[in-house]
Amino acid sequence: MDHKYTLKRKTQYGILSIAGFGILLLILGYFIESPNRQELWANVLINNLYFLFIALFGGVFLALHKISYAGWYTALKRIPEALTNFLPIGAALMFLIYFGMHDLYHWSHEGLNDPILEGKAAYLNVPFFFARMAVYFIGWIGLTYLLKKNTLNQDANPDLKYHNRGKILAALFMVFFAISSSTMSWDWIMSIDAHWFSTLFGWFIFIGMFVCGIATIILIIAFLKSQGYLEYINKEHIHDMGKYLFAFSIFWMYLWFSQYLLIWYSHIPEETAYFAPRLNDHTVLFFTVLVINFLFPFLALMTRDSKRNLKWLSFVAIIVLIGHWLNVYMLVIPGTIGKTAQIGLIEIGFIALYLGGFLYVVFSSLTKTPLLVKNDPLLEESFHYET
Amino acid sequence: MRRYISAYFEDEENLLRATKDLRDKQFSIQDVLTPFPIHGLDPILGFKRSRIPTVGFIAGAIGCILAFGFQTWVFTIDYPLFIGGKPHFAIPSFIPITFELTVLFAAFGMVFAFLIRSKLGPGANNPIHDERITDDRFMIIVDLDEAGNQDELVKEILLKEEAQEIKVKEIDK
Repeated sequence: MDHKYTLKRKTQYGILSIAGFGILLLILGYFIESPNRQELWANVLINNLYFLFIALFGGVFLALHKISYAGWYTALKRIPEALTNFLPIGAALMFLIYFGMHDLYHWSHEGLNDPILEGKAAYLNVPFFFARMAVYFIGWIGLTYLLKKNTLNQDANPDLKYHNRGKILAALFMVFFAISSSTMSWDWIMSIDAHWFSTLFGWFIFIGMFVCGIATIILIIAFLKSQGYLEYINKEHIHDMGKYLFAFSIFWMYLWFSQYLLIWYSHIPEETAYFAPRLNDHTVLFFTVLVINFLFPFLALMTRDSKRNLKWLSFVAIIVLIGHWLNVYMLVIPGTIGKTAQIGLIEIGFIALYLGGFLYVVFSSLTKTPLLVKNDPLLEESFHYET
Repeated sequence: MRRYISAYFEDEENLLRATKDLRDKQFSIQDVLTPFPIHGLDPILGFKRSRIPTVGFIAGAIGCILAFGFQTWVFTIDYPLFIGGKPHFAIPSFIPITFELTVLFAAFGMVFAFLIRSKLGPGANNPIHDERITDDRFMIIVDLDEAGNQDELVKEILLKEEAQEIKVKEIDK
């Protein structure tokens, strides 16, 4: 068995029709809803962030397990590796934001005469914003590329040096990611509400990314297994992915609440200015996000059997992915469009278009390398994995 | 007085095979003691699924409701105070205590349920078969009375897997 994945015609058409459906909805929505520039750019930003986070999580997943000397994930390593192949496209899409700067980031306007923003101008200015963006992407793409290349070298050559080199690369990625994930979330999300600040915002975004990434990996495993691949991924691996989804959904809520409680309690106008529009103008969505992202996975994945049942787990993963899209929506929309925002044809069109493109990139990169790595010293452990 | 036979193994593979053999021949294994968890031992011993998680859930739910209900009662009915200009029924400020009590009840509930169910705690009588149990070797203890006094057959199975220090003991319990 060479464990080579071939993209079936049917799958390919399925993916392309999702993207096509998105384009259709966008054209329809453009004429029916006649959105303004700001709405279009807000949608681009939401989906950029959402799919970029999933892609970036591929790198986190690889690096995290590599530096913690985990063995169990080795057999499913190619899936996060395939996710990271979306990073260059995500980078290109993020740089597109240059043309929508003024519609999204109110600090980027000239002559604001705002003492708070003048104080932040040393950090929040357009040239530095894009310089930082370039640094993040060079780091992420460069290090994930090296990590992937390292495993490909290992496939060809059973030398232990690749395993050791991978650990160094993973450690470098983790350090770089630890800093860049925080600053990235300040730059791209927190600066939409430029007057407001929160110190744990970076972690909150990171955990949201973690949950989305795990849910995506679960769905890809479920799809590949239904096609007859990945026969070596057993219930124990699925169980662990379920535990991740369960635990990090709780942790997401923990961070969300830690942020909310302090702001609610101290009741300082400059801080509550962030939650007031979210709670008052988008009340239903505000609580829906909490129910979908915490209460539902918490109750749905509590028992052992539910985590080991791939069908049920996939269902939960889909719901959680929708919930986290809504979470990103809630992060971006109140600061840009505000009250009048509604989820309509344009929003769904953008999701479908991005989803189609994302799946196309991920699945076509899954076909390029065998689904199973070779010569990894921990591979055998992964086959005999038992919790 | 009950009679037990105990034996040491130096390798967990031998222990697994001997356990499986004994179970297949319907001998009653009193206990298997190992210095670290061994994968695949639980299914061979035929353990049923633990019901501890259910206890944890129920105890946690009780703790959750109790904590939330108590705070609600205190702050709205029994002793309403204005604190920081917040409403009396201020849900966010109840959450940390509710969370803590949920965890506390779940943890204590599970610990005590475990102790009671396995008859441990003050006054418990659990004879030690050998002082070196769980030191660095693997041990099987077989209940000979339940096995119908087939000492020789048990010994034979144990010896086949290179068991050491096979001992028959009488312990009152």
